[in-house]
Formats: sequence, structure tokens, C-alpha cells
Amino acid sequence: MNVSKSPCKEPSSSSRVAPHIQDIPKSGIRKFFDLVSTMRDVISLGIGEPDFVTPWRIREAMLYSLQKGYTHYTSNLGDRRLREVICRHFRQRYGGEYSPVNQCLVTVGVSEGLDLAVRAVICPGDEVLYHEPCYVSYGPTVAMAHGVPVSVRTRAEHDFVVQVEDLEKAVTPRTKVLMLNYPNNPTGAGMTWEDKEKVAEFAIRHNLLVFSDEIYEDLSYIPRSPSIAAIPGMAERTVVFNGFSKAYAMTGMRVAYALGPRDIIDAMMKIHQYTILCAPTPCQFGAIEALQGAEKEREAMRREYEQRRNVIVKGFNALGLTCFMPRGAFYVFPCIESTDMKSTEFAERLLEEERVAVVPGDAFGASGEGFVRCSYATGMKEIQEALARIGHFVERHRKG
Amino acid sequence: MNWQDLCDSILALMKRDARISIQEIADRLDVPASEVTKALSEMEAQGRILGYTALTMEEENQTRAIIEVQIQPERDSGFDAIAQRICKFDEVVSAYLVSGRYDLHLEVVGNSLQDVAHFVASKLSTQPGVKSCATLFLLKKYKELGIELQKEENYERLQVSM
Repeated sequence: MNVSKSPCKEPSSSSRVAPHIQDIPKSGIRKFFDLVSTMRDVISLGIGEPDFVTPWRIREAMLYSLQKGYTHYTSNLGDRRLREVICRHFRQRYGGEYSPVNQCLVTVGVSEGLDLAVRAVICPGDEVLYHEPCYVSYGPTVAMAHGVPVSVRTRAEHDFVVQVEDLEKAVTPRTKVLMLNYPNNPTGAGMTWEDKEKVAEFAIRHNLLVFSDEIYEDLSYIPRSPSIAAIPGMAERTVVFNGFSKAYAMTGMRVAYALGPRDIIDAMMKIHQYTILCAPTPCQFGAIEALQGAEKEREAMRREYEQRRNVIVKGFNALGLTCFMPRGAFYVFPCIESTDMKSTEFAERLLEEERVAVVPGDAFGASGEGFVRCSYATGMKEIQEALARIGHFVERHRKG
Repeated sequence: MNWQDLCDSILALMKRDARISIQEIADRLDVPASEVTKALSEMEAQGRILGYTALTMEEENQTRAIIEVQIQPERDSGFDAIAQRICKFDEVVSAYLVSGRYDLHLEVVGNSLQDVAHFVASKLSTQPGVKSCATLFLLKKYKELGIELQKEENYERLQVSM
């Protein structure tokens, strides 16, 4: 056997990594995250997950499933009982009839669901519209499926709700899908029923599929309206994504679901079957308990977020970092133009000078420039201290 | 927010932390501080808020016991008259009429085990209408007023996540 004595030379990554993956940029906050993790006494408003521990009754249900030895695969679609509970919950809360037999797929987080859906319908060159600023995975998910991501800017003057006029400018004969995310990460924007009707009319007129990421829907602070899928003509073209991470504080459990037309759910299931098999079984048992027994806990967390939102919005506006009142999720998106700094510079200097971490708005797309994302999924004392520190910072760096 | 919802929300916040400032309540509920003050005064006047107390791990070296009391109800006043009489003792810190094998569920405090035993023997069980008393000394407190006294260890979240 010949063994080479020369040091191993790795071929340059450019020759091995597929071009469409090479072209995807790493998440814009990676460097920032590395910096934060080396510092002490940082108050972080940069955390995109609940500060509450998963309610005990959900953890207990998962422990029970482990004790009973429910540790094997479930159906590829997800545990039958969980699918039944999901379909019932969705009908009661957001309207729309879905069959647990073939219109519901349990996924490993909404991110997996979106990836499956995009891969299920996109042919190379097909265009996908999505509104920006948005969650960081949308563009890359489309690009990884050889689709063309087309971002549509949303603006503070519209409280970051996507406008049909802007969608009209971006739509082409190659557009196949419109992705929506309301309540929105990072802006906290939410859609009213009227907003949904306008966008639905646009989607029907252009014969588009709609992928509606509603992961923050249970953390909504405006009167609840049915899902966009419940509008006549929409159910057959809409896949709704929701899950347990945010409203039930189960981010690490990785359980979510997709509801939609049979052909698309079936195609998504095929990919899921060959890649993931099923979401972790004990977590699916936790999800059943979440929907059947944890409504009170979910509502208590929602109410607490709503109150923190009131405090943080008032605080930022008083500092001259204007922001609208978010309609959902646990983020505010204040405008930092009064400081004459770009988003990244603002976030880096705020961290260095005052030990407060926020996420630069442009990490969520170019249209997020001029803003920072602040999460209020942290304790009230930390929020108040962070506001005080940001106040000192803004005082020193105010424009003019 | 209507008046009833405002009062309910204030109470929910104060049950969690009675030292919360009026300003924080006002900011959380997005109402003027004067409204919060008014609601608090009204609830105090109505007797909806009876007082404010500290929840402590320590019992200030006191001994606490649950006393299960069987009572012979009176013809006109049922259990009320004797219950009210028992409540007059400072040693009795809470009292409930309950269903089941006994009638009054009392929580009694004293400086020592002997102190509580003496109170039960000499004051409580000798009350007219009291048929029997069973004394259960409390050994350790795990949860009170909905608050767990042994805190779970905090899991540290990632400092920044999307």
C-alpha cells in the first residue's frame, strides 16, 4: 500500500463547492455574533427566541413519551394524532378545512417546511417573490433550489406591510411563488384582514402559489383574523406554515407543520421522506400537549410580550429612534437615522461602547439599512437597562 | 382597555411582583400612570386588594402547621360564626371552609412546635363547636402563591440568533 508522505493538499473550495452554493453569502451577523460571544456583561436584544422555558406540561409530556419508549419513527407525515390536533386547532383558530390524512405534514421547524415547499415546486429559473426586510433564510432557500429570489421592499411608512403596487412591479411571467411572513421577523409588522385580501387578489390574478410563514401568528397583538388561505380562491394555492418554536417556547424541539393542497403536501412529503424521515418523536408528543393543554401558558407569554412591546416602543420613540407599534412577533425595528450611522456601525459601536447587542437591519436585506432589530424576548429589567444604555449612546452620537 | 380589564391586568402584575412601580404598570399596559393610581385606590377601597405582603423563603424561625378542624355547625350561622371567632386569633394566618372529611382548613404559626401545640390544645380545640383538631406540621415549603421557591437553573441562550 502506497502512503503519500507529502502533506495533504486540499483542493480549493471553489473547485469542489457547487457554484450556486458558493454564491450564497454567509449570514451577515456571523462576525457580529463572534464578537458578542467574547464579551461579558452584554445585554442582548439580539435573541430571536423566547426567554421563557418551555411550559412544564409540554416538557412533562415529552418525558412521559420517553418513559413509555415512544422513541421510534412516526409516519413520514408526522404522528397521526398530532396531525389531527393540528388540523382541528387550525380550523378553530384560523379557519380552513385540512385533512390530517393528506394535507398536513409535520416538519423539523418551519425552515424545513419552506425548503421542502420551494424544492417541491420550483424549476430552475422560476422566480419567487418575497418581501424584505425578512427572515434570513428566504433568499438562500430559493437559490439552493435553483430558483431566482426576487425581493420586494417594504417601508416604514406602510408599517412594513407589503404593498400590491410594489409586488406588481416585481412580478414577471416566470414568477411562481409569493412568500409571506406576517407577523414579521424582523420588523414586527402584521397584516390585517384587508391587507390579506389585497395580496390574495394579486396572487389569484397572477396565478401564484403563496407560501405563508405564520410562525408568529399566535404572538399577534391585533384582533385575530383568519389565515390568508381562508380567502376564497386561496386554499388551493396556499401552503401555510406554522409551528411550536415561538408561541410555545419550543425552539430547540424543532417541530412545525405545513398545511396545504394535496399535490404540494404530497411532493413535500416525498422530499421529507428521503431526507429527514420524521420530526423527533418525543417532540411531537410535546406538540400534542402544547395544542391540547397549554393555551393558558401560551396566552400568558403572549400577554407578557405585548406589555414589553408597549414599554420598548415608548422607550425608543422617546429616544428619537422612531418605530411603529408592532402588530406581532417579539421584535421592534427602530429607525436609527437620527444618529447618522449605518446599521452595522450602529450595532458594533453600541456593543463596544454600551455593551448592548442589537442586530443590524441590513442583516435582513438591503432594505433593512437604517434600522436595527431589537428583540423584547428578554426580561423587563434588561429591557429597561438596555434602553437607558442606548439613551446614553444616542445622546453622544446624535446627528448635527 | 376597559376599566375591568385594566383592574384585572394590574392585579395580575401585582400578584407576580407587588413592588412593581406604578410607572412600569402604566408603560406595560399603555395607559396614563394616573389611571393606574386611580384603579389601585378603587380596588383598595372596595376591598379587592386587602394588603401587600412579602413572599419569603424564611419563616423567621416560626413553626407553621395545617390544622384540620371538624366543627359542629350552628343552627342559624352554620360554620360562619365559629370560623370568624377562630380567625380572631393572631396565630391563625389563613382559614378556609372545605369539603371532605373535615370542615375548616387552618394555617397556624407559632414560635415553636410547643407553641403551636399549646395553641391548638388550649385555644382551638376548646372552642365551642369544635369537635376535633388534627395538626400537620409543615416541614418544607416548595411553592407558594404560584411561585416555585427552588428556582430552575437558567439555560443560557445564544446571545444572538435570527
